Amino acid sequence: MALKIVKGSIDRMFDKNLQDLVRGIRNHKEDEAKYISTCIDEIKQELKQDNIAVKANAVCKLTYLQMLGYDVSWAAFNIVEVMSSSKFTYKRIGYLAASQCFHESTDVIMLTTNQIRKDLSSPNQYDTGVALTGLSCFVTPDLARDLANDIMTLMSHTKPYIRKKAVLIMYKVFLKYPESLRPAFPRLKEKLEDPDPGVQSAAVNVICELARRNPKNYLSLAPLFFKLMTSSTNNWVLIKIIKLFGALTPLEPRLGKKLIEPLTNLIHSTSAMSLLYECVNTVYIDVNTPPLPSLSLSLCLYLSLPPQLCVQKLRILIEDSDQNLKYLGLLAMSKILKTHPKSVQSHKDLILQCLDDKDESIRLRALDLLYGMVSKKNLMEIVKKLMLHVDKAEGTTYRDELLTKIIDICSQSNYQYITNFEWYISILVELTRLEGTRHGHLIASQMLDVAIRVKAIRGFAVAQMATLLDNAHLLTGNMQRMGICEVLYAAAWICGEFSEHLENPMQTLEAMLRPKVATLPGHIQAVYVQNAAKLFATVLKSQEGNTDSTAAQETSQLMIDRLPLFVQSANLEVQERASCILQLVKYIQKLQQKDVEVAEEVSALFAGELNPVAPKAQKKVPVPEGLDLDSWINEPPSESESEDEQPKAIFAKEEPKHSRPRREEVDEKELAKRREARKQEQANNPFYIKASPSSQKVYQEAPGVEHIPVVQIDLSVPLKVPGLPMSDQYVKLEEERRQKERAEKKKKEKKKRKEKRSGRGKKHDSGPESEEDITPAHQVDIVTEEMPEWSIITSYIFIKTKSYCVTVHVCSSRPLADSEKLPVRSHRAAEAPKSPTEDGDATSQEPKKKSSKEKREKKKDKDRDRKVRISTGLFLCLLGNHSHLILVSSGLPGINKCIQKSKLVFCFLPLTKVYDIQGNLQDGSQVVVSVIFENKCDSFLKSMEFNVLDSLNSKLQRPEGSGPHDGLTVPFQLPPGVSNEARFVFTVQSIIMPQKLKGTLTFIVKNEDSSTHEKLDFKLHFTCTSYLITTPCYSDAFAKLLESGDLKCSSVRLEGVNMPFHHLLARICFHHHFSVVERIDSCASMYSRSIQGHHVCLLVKTVSIDAKCDEPTLLGNVLDEIKQTFSQC
Amino acid sequence: MQFMLLFSRQGKLRLQKWYVPLCDKEKKKITRELVQTVLARKPKMCSFLEWRDLKIVYKRYASLYFCCAIEDQDNELITLEIIHRYVELLDKYFGSVCELDIIFNFEKAYFILDEFLLGGEAQETSKKNVLKAIEQADLLQENIDFQMRLFAEPE
Repeated sequence: MALKIVKGSIDRMFDKNLQDLVRGIRNHKEDEAKYISTCIDEIKQELKQDNIAVKANAVCKLTYLQMLGYDVSWAAFNIVEVMSSSKFTYKRIGYLAASQCFHESTDVIMLTTNQIRKDLSSPNQYDTGVALTGLSCFVTPDLARDLANDIMTLMSHTKPYIRKKAVLIMYKVFLKYPESLRPAFPRLKEKLEDPDPGVQSAAVNVICELARRNPKNYLSLAPLFFKLMTSSTNNWVLIKIIKLFGALTPLEPRLGKKLIEPLTNLIHSTSAMSLLYECVNTVYIDVNTPPLPSLSLSLCLYLSLPPQLCVQKLRILIEDSDQNLKYLGLLAMSKILKTHPKSVQSHKDLILQCLDDKDESIRLRALDLLYGMVSKKNLMEIVKKLMLHVDKAEGTTYRDELLTKIIDICSQSNYQYITNFEWYISILVELTRLEGTRHGHLIASQMLDVAIRVKAIRGFAVAQMATLLDNAHLLTGNMQRMGICEVLYAAAWICGEFSEHLENPMQTLEAMLRPKVATLPGHIQAVYVQNAAKLFATVLKSQEGNTDSTAAQETSQLMIDRLPLFVQSANLEVQERASCILQLVKYIQKLQQKDVEVAEEVSALFAGELNPVAPKAQKKVPVPEGLDLDSWINEPPSESESEDEQPKAIFAKEEPKHSRPRREEVDEKELAKRREARKQEQANNPFYIKASPSSQKVYQEAPGVEHIPVVQIDLSVPLKVPGLPMSDQYVKLEEERRQKERAEKKKKEKKKRKEKRSGRGKKHDSGPESEEDITPAHQVDIVTEEMPEWSIITSYIFIKTKSYCVTVHVCSSRPLADSEKLPVRSHRAAEAPKSPTEDGDATSQEPKKKSSKEKREKKKDKDRDRKVRISTGLFLCLLGNHSHLILVSSGLPGINKCIQKSKLVFCFLPLTKVYDIQGNLQDGSQVVVSVIFENKCDSFLKSMEFNVLDSLNSKLQRPEGSGPHDGLTVPFQLPPGVSNEARFVFTVQSIIMPQKLKGTLTFIVKNEDSSTHEKLDFKLHFTCTSYLITTPCYSDAFAKLLESGDLKCSSVRLEGVNMPFHHLLARICFHHHFSVVERIDSCASMYSRSIQGHHVCLLVKTVSIDAKCDEPTLLGNVLDEIKQTFSQC
Repeated sequence: MQFMLLFSRQGKLRLQKWYVPLCDKEKKKITRELVQTVLARKPKMCSFLEWRDLKIVYKRYASLYFCCAIEDQDNELITLEIIHRYVELLDKYFGSVCELDIIFNFEKAYFILDEFLLGGEAQETSKKNVLKAIEQADLLQENIDFQMRLFAEPE
């Protein structure tokens, strides 16, 4: 035996040890792979020996090779052998190798269970330690299950060294074997108060990680952690505890209040940046994204901590010279921006400074922030600064990023912040000067979008585009600038389409027909040719009026001379269009020679305005009955056929541009016919959005441009396009304009004040200009793209009643993720007609002195406002044969005060109606009912009249001059299968009683041969509950309210209700819009408010409800409704 | 923490520790990608970057890059602190550590890391305690080695 060992160590002396191996590898740089393969052969030999020392040495070398990327899985068994050695030296190496090489699918892990168990219970703490460390890396579900008990015992080991490791590894065990959590948890909790700080911190670590996954199970530990937080001085532990509270607070809002003080103290006192950062991050970010929908209450933590405090601290981070702190400061800032834009906006200067930072990642972060910080007031300034950066930026990636950001910033929310579109167009034109950008495409689509949607700007845009076309050579001269020539596409189209604005169309026409154009990519040439024809029409029109007919003939001659160049084009699209137009012009010339006036007819070719359609408009068009879009038109091709098809597909791929639809090549007659048909269709189609913007219609995806041969000309001229105005001058102009406006306003105000009371009262300084004060220079024809899909129908309940079927759509206020959306067409019609209230409001609230411009502006804001309201969403439910409107707000602060809505769908035949009722908080007496009419029959419906029998309490608002019993005309007709929305305003005097209003709808059903008059009766039911709004209330405020003694008392018994208490509460919350103030066991206090401001307080027990309200009748009715809810379950 | 990598300026991996189970292929892919990304960054840039859905925190000490991957909610600054602390530990243990120390004693570097972090969490925040544990374990190892050598000596 002794000899064997001796022999072994002699052998060892000749073996390579790890150092030799490393040295060897370094000396064989050229043939490393070969050297290593010989080494591996040696190692294999060594592993065959019995000597454990030799084996351990081999395994150690293998671990090194594994790191270099060599496969060592074949030695897994040898690793286990070394692990099982009784000598610590080898055991340590074995476990290290295992932790590096083993993973879940390593099968020998099964063999290690007993060995590990033995090591865990070893009297030597280092043996145990090494086993725990190794286990943390390769623990499998099987190992976790088999060893959980052993590790749990180790948590109470006498040595803190082991306890600490055992606690930490428990987390891995929980992950692999969740069943172990419950039995192990009490012991884990004990460790929070372990005398050893290391063990304590390990326990905090583990619980924090667990709580992040499932916070609600750890709420009971909050007091313990609170104690730890206020007593601990260890920053590592504090960071974890704060993270833990970040996860717990959304579930227990009262925690938030408690935390404010210690957190503020920490923020003020700590010198550790990591801790400060964690505080700011947790308080503002984690809490903002609570895992539960009951967010209204949980937000109180950050609501009560002033954001300024954190933003100021972040400012310190950003101002620090350390790049890391700067970056993190900006990162956190961008998260706060989402909830507190105001408090971040004041630090604009600082963010702009960061754009100068030498670190690109910091610059990009700052750019992200800027996006959210722009306002009407500072947009120009910010963009100006960015433009400077574009000029000096190095590296195309960053420059491209800047470019896209500039466009993003300007175009966000429908160009909301742009007050002067001339300025924006010049910015876009300036951007075309950018070298080597890939985003020509983006600039082009912006140009098109603005020119189409902002009618007032067209004159200016056309002039700019004409200059661009004139200087096209500057853009196309260089191969590198290929991306940018996309803007010519836009320029040519804008000049052609809006050619009536051109000052000198002839010059532009010539520019478009230059021979150089033939070097442009095909799709751009095609647009050139087509728009040259449009221009030609315009030119003819202007020239034909003159007595001299030669000018007109010369123009035709120019076309005939230049077009053949395009007829020869290799690009099918270009060639086809050019030859078509060439023949047309030749024919025109013939007519001209006979002195026939043709201009009128030629321009008729391109007459008609192109109206943009919302991108989603198609979705609104119902699929005709019996048409299944998913079914095959032909038999699906068989397998073998598709294989045959393969080569064809490859050919098609090569020339994708040829497959563009040839929508422009239709003759005049056909065109007119189609236009007529379309107009007809539009008039009848309520889905047609009259002026909804979209650039998609006119701008098509540009095919690749890389492979088009272009003559390369070296550019020595400066890249400034001559004759183009600089955007800077607009900044100045705008500044002046605003100042003027302000001065005028002041004058007006002064006058007003003088008129009112001269001399009395202090002079108010009007202070800094507010957002609202800035009026756009151009009135923009922007209509919101589309109503947001504020509610998604998630389920249908059909309940048959006597004569008709009532469908209730249960709507969710939460916008669903795409994946969750059901393929159900929404009932919300496209652009809803302006509701009477809104029109009414807009005019009645407007002081008459204001200019009409401002008025329109205000209306736009209103539209936006309405969008917010709509997005609050609602729930509803159906009780028995009565349809009760039940309002539940989503509880978002800020939206609560807006408007409550509810929605019901009556599925009548032939007509469906959906109605929403909106109570208006600001005006507690007005309710807007929006009704969606859906035509479900095959006939055309027209002349609809909506009428409601007014009660003393509730009245339908009718236009001035009409009698009290007149119906309101629904301002549209309904083709089969189409729906549209109309709104009706009701005035409600008292909301303390539920009410039903009877109404009728009359309409004419028109068939192919006959038309009949039809009538439909309905009932609108306003319950008292529907006037309640879920309003969160704190327990102390609640207590004060009860103590005040202003409230009347009432109570109701709930009989035969046998549901769990929390279900009961949920039902009251859901159906009757209450929020839970406090809950103690099976007793809970709840609160809600009516739209007229009545307080309703409930004390709910399992069998009875005690209630208090300042309006006893309302309370009685609400209680009755609650009782009814429960009697039905 | 999901994993920690040490690599040289030339992109050679010097140490890797994975706290999430991944197959070798995936590990190699991640390593390759990350080493490239980090080495491409300019020296004056900040130590953080977003990569896939993880946050990468790295720091360069002499010719070695220390690089950690953490989850979205983790604290970047404390991770930087962890890296720094590990470097200090190596420094104390080896006595002004250099890249070669880590190459030739890579198993020691692992042992130190394992005493400092466990399962991706800091297990011991006191440097003194970590070093004490390592020294004692080493002592144990040397004793055994010494006995072995005594055994082998007679020849």
